[in-house]
Amino acid sequence: MDVFSDSYNLDVYVTGFLWILKLTASATVCAVVLGVLLAAMRVSPVPVLRGFGTAWVNIFRNTPLTLIIFFCYFGLYSTLGVTLSDDLELNNYWLGVLGLSIYTAAFVCEAIRSGINTVPAGQAEAARAIGMTFRQTLSLIVLPQAGRAVVAPLGSILIALCKNATIVGTIGLMESSNAMKELINSNGNAVFTIFFVFAGTFAVVLIPTGYGFGWLANRLAVKR
Amino acid sequence: MSTDAVLYDHPGPRARIRNRILTVVFGLALVGLLYWIYHRFDEKGQWAGSLWKPFTQSSTWTDYILPGLQGTLQAAAIAMVLSLAFGILFAVGRLSDHWWLRIPAGIVVEFFRAVPLLLMMFFIFFGIPFVTQKPMSPLWAVVFALTLYNGSVLAEAFRAGVHAVPSGQSEAAYAIGMRKGQVMGQILIPQAARAMLPVIVSQLVVLVKDTALGYIISYSELLQLGVNNVAANFGNVIQAAMVAAAIYIAVNATLTAVAGWLSRRTRRSGKAPRAARPATALAATAEP
Repeated sequence: MDVFSDSYNLDVYVTGFLWILKLTASATVCAVVLGVLLAAMRVSPVPVLRGFGTAWVNIFRNTPLTLIIFFCYFGLYSTLGVTLSDDLELNNYWLGVLGLSIYTAAFVCEAIRSGINTVPAGQAEAARAIGMTFRQTLSLIVLPQAGRAVVAPLGSILIALCKNATIVGTIGLMESSNAMKELINSNGNAVFTIFFVFAGTFAVVLIPTGYGFGWLANRLAVKR
Repeated sequence: MSTDAVLYDHPGPRARIRNRILTVVFGLALVGLLYWIYHRFDEKGQWAGSLWKPFTQSSTWTDYILPGLQGTLQAAAIAMVLSLAFGILFAVGRLSDHWWLRIPAGIVVEFFRAVPLLLMMFFIFFGIPFVTQKPMSPLWAVVFALTLYNGSVLAEAFRAGVHAVPSGQSEAAYAIGMRKGQVMGQILIPQAARAMLPVIVSQLVVLVKDTALGYIISYSELLQLGVNNVAANFGNVIQAAMVAAAIYIAVNATLTAVAGWLSRRTRRSGKAPRAARPATALAATAEP
């Protein structure tokens, strides 16, 4: 553990995980908002919107995140001159958030859509039969049931997002995986300690989060 | 579509008019968006023929893109086989009756599922050589990291699948005198694999995409050769990225189509079990 008693090394470690935290927080908000919009598009009665949502999901779900983030930096920023912040590091950060959100939104959209699909058609038919309006059917019958079914997949998407945030290291942000690489290269005698501290930090945070979502999903599950 | 049935009535005259208006409005907005992208490209001269021309020359394909694709498919194929084996092995381990098998298997699966793939890859590629005093080949760093991560996710999928098999199946198997190993290998795992096929395939798609991480440790795959090196030679990073994305999408679409065919085939032959309940299927989703 002496590696981490050095204040410089400790700083590298803390900064790395702070970036992951910030990336996860911003990208979660953007991806959920975007994903809900896309899901609304995919189930809408308007063919143009449905087509747009479907195209988005099929394109971004099948493209590697590494390629998307690579494109955000070398394509959007270097070639097309899209700048999100004047500060170079913050610019990389926001480009990373953009790439993560675009990619994750496709998965959020699919999770929500399949959540809506778990609600049996009979539920909505019964609601209409007793004279509920469209708005009432949606807000009182369909969405509450769909929301419960969506907790588990959204949880695993959120956890995956946190892990995927390391990929922003591709464009030079000193997040945890680049931090680990730097520490390994300067402390070749303590590779296992360094790896287990970095990997352990992820495990300590993400494993309980996963069980937490599992517990919540079970508690909220609609018994049919 | 089933979602329509849940969310909407069949449109009446007023709803049809409203839908048509929305179609026009959003159609125009979409055209506007596409024009804006076109304009932005035009401003920076990204439509210039010279940037697209390399993709019409056979040398670009034979020197960069096809070797890159080969690298991607090679790593993906090895990692797929290894991670399916890893998945089955650790799923059986976690389902074991012996605590000394169940608990270590559980720890391994949970740990590797929680560690980011890139962190794992960096450790194998940069860390292990310090210990072994030998350089690590990028291919094996990619393959091992992919196997540990995707194998762990697949182990959870298999485990959820085994739990979803009706208990009558294993009871019947024990009743006719099968041993524990036979019940697992001949009754439970085959049915679990079929029930979990959608999850397994989407995890394999994730695996194919994740080979792109090999770019970061300079493994010669599609992103490295087909985008980075092509762009370095012709200065056309946007065009190269688009072509590479199209190839990835085609590969993954093929994989999904093969899985669809496979699942229809097993269903037709009447061997498929009752589909796992939606709740079970959702509990084990692929992890992007």
